Amino acid sequence: MIRRPGRLALIAVLTAAGGLLVTSALNDTLTYYRTPDEVAADPTLARDRVRLSGKVVPGSLRRDGEVAVFQLADGGHEVTVRQRGMPPDTFREGEEAVVEGRLGTDGVFHADHVVLRHGNEYGPSSPAAPEPTDAR
Amino acid sequence: MLGDLGTTSLTAGLVSAVLAALLWLRVALLGAAARPARLASAATLLAAAAACALLEAALLGHDFSVRFVAENGGRHVPVYYTITSLWSAMDGSLLLWLLILCGYGALLARRRTPDRLRAYAMVVVSVATTLFFALSAFAADPFQAVHPVPLDGPGPNPLLQQHPAMGVHPPLLYAGYLGMVVPFALALAAPLAGPAGRDWVRAARPWALIAWATLTAGIAVGAWWSYAVLGWGGYWAWDPVENASLLPWLTATAFLHTSMGGGRSRDRWNTVLACAGFLLVLLGTFLTRSGAVASVHAFTESPLGPLLLGFVLLAVLAATVLTGRNRPAPGPGRAPLLSRRTAVLVNAVLLVTVAAAVLIGTVLPLLTEPLTGTRASVGPGYYERTAVPLAVVLLLLAGVTPALWVRDRAAALRRLALPGLAALATVAAVGLLSRPGPAALTAFGAAAFVLTGLLAEVAARRRRPGRAWAAILAHAGLALVAVGVAGSSAYGQADERTVRVGETLRVADVSVRLVSVHRGIDEGRMVVRATTQLSGTGTTRTATPTLRYDPARDTAVTVPAISSGPHRDAYLTLIAVAADGSSATLRLAVNPLVGLIWAGGALITVGGLAALAVSARSGRPRRPDPVDRRVPAGVAA
Repeated sequence: MIRRPGRLALIAVLTAAGGLLVTSALNDTLTYYRTPDEVAADPTLARDRVRLSGKVVPGSLRRDGEVAVFQLADGGHEVTVRQRGMPPDTFREGEEAVVEGRLGTDGVFHADHVVLRHGNEYGPSSPAAPEPTDAR
Repeated sequence: MLGDLGTTSLTAGLVSAVLAALLWLRVALLGAAARPARLASAATLLAAAAACALLEAALLGHDFSVRFVAENGGRHVPVYYTITSLWSAMDGSLLLWLLILCGYGALLARRRTPDRLRAYAMVVVSVATTLFFALSAFAADPFQAVHPVPLDGPGPNPLLQQHPAMGVHPPLLYAGYLGMVVPFALALAAPLAGPAGRDWVRAARPWALIAWATLTAGIAVGAWWSYAVLGWGGYWAWDPVENASLLPWLTATAFLHTSMGGGRSRDRWNTVLACAGFLLVLLGTFLTRSGAVASVHAFTESPLGPLLLGFVLLAVLAATVLTGRNRPAPGPGRAPLLSRRTAVLVNAVLLVTVAAAVLIGTVLPLLTEPLTGTRASVGPGYYERTAVPLAVVLLLLAGVTPALWVRDRAAALRRLALPGLAALATVAAVGLLSRPGPAALTAFGAAAFVLTGLLAEVAARRRRPGRAWAAILAHAGLALVAVGVAGSSAYGQADERTVRVGETLRVADVSVRLVSVHRGIDEGRMVVRATTQLSGTGTTRTATPTLRYDPARDTAVTVPAISSGPHRDAYLTLIAVAADGSSATLRLAVNPLVGLIWAGGALITVGGLAALAVSARSGRPRRPDPVDRRVPAGVAA
């Protein structure tokens, strides 16, 4: 058993170290959700990595080799998304989709990661059933 | 009919749980006879079992007038997945939850003459049972009648009909989660029970071991399941639902260490860790079932959210009030640096730090929206920078264990020389031959440190089996998991390309040739199958990765083809096919050493069970209470 003042100091140091670890780890791993109208209003929002969520505009989805190109819309604004790799039927026209990536200087959103949703609903299932989590 | 009986059994369960709580309180306060209380607890278990059996009967009999069956049953679903659909959605899984909770209650209440500690603990367990029965009866009754009665149902979520692990993973996980209620209840009961409460850690340890071993197995099976079913080839994604299962595992692991040898030296830690285990289970249930955290696993918005949050706050309040006043006896003085007491303390601090970091990452998205107005998610990178390095340090600490089994300091240090050399040699060899990155390299070194130390220990102990075996098994399993995780993430390779029929996709020394593409209808589901020739080192076999689309649920499921070898898996996923069947987009991944993760998980579980066997053999209280005399030896644990 360490004596009391020493123990308090040790706890303080450990807490500070833990806090530093957490805050530095959160730096650029915290990804914000944005919508096409927010990005249209302020493109600098999406220069860092963000998650873009919106509806896939009907008629906009096409496949260009290994790249899926489509438009995500929300609040009257549309953003063109280029997603490398075709995830299994993830994008359906008129359905919600969430992609992760960066807005390029060309105004096109380059996504490299699809946050999967299955079906129209967040499917009810057993609490820890490992449903598809991420398509990389 | 079945529905009415089901609702009746839920009400009966609620009433008998309330009754049990009151009767156990009477036993604890007045020393009344325990028989009525035990009967009430048995009735609660019976009600939960009846509710489960009735819902299973309704599912198997396709009684679509019952709401849960109408929502999750289906005539096309195979019998096995009809049985497992009991826990494929929230309302039904709550019944399984209740059954397991009542089972633990009945086990804890099984003594003819329980001491005051167990009586108070039964009050806590009965109150928890009451709350969950109330939740099921008032907010999530699966037996509600449906009008008009549908002719067929959609079946459970197609993802939950892909793999036999559906029948194993949720029950194991629940058994792990709910087992935490007993150490929690004993920790709360200890300050109330007077002299009988002094030995609560010894009473709680076997329960913590059962809970921990089943939770470990549940997490491992879940990781294997998501690896084998979800086309992206991962076993862990730091998703909130996965984190919710890891958090109580971490604190329970710490408790298993602080509670060794009766836990006298770390009294305060034992109380906090035993409470934390169940509180984190409740918090995780709230997070994953209320729709509060944006997870793809999460449930639709449900009325259970506020109620579950209420449970969490109530449990925190009860734990703080009851155990906060508890002044621990002064410890036996300063512990030397290289001693079990110090190692246990450092271990507990590290595990709690990992748990805190994971908890912060899990609940932070919940807090960013009210604070900054924007939804946010915490990426895997956060956990890779916080939890992973700390886990490597924990692994190194596990390597020090063999040195703690001898008293002499010089001999202890000598025991670490060989493992230390092995670790440095591994780091040098692996680092020269490949460039796995600092984290994986450290993990390999730490694993070598642990395994060499344990092997030396095994060699020395061949003829003297003892309680160290449990630790040897569990620590070896941990090292294997570390090697598997580090190896598969450092050396894994993958490529994704669209290939025409007859063309080949190559990753490392594995190649895949697309032979043909079939489309068809199977049990009402659209099925697309790619037939391929998978060639590894010298062998060629046919692999058929599949895509299934279920119109009833509007869900597509990828079923990968996995070819497991001794030291690596070839993992082939069908991503998409051209409409005319002339080409397909395939993803081929070579995952080295993943098999070690499942083997390690199994070994850790076996270690937990071995510790349970040891504690059952030696778990007789040292100073048995007079009332405990009649209990036969061996049952006393």
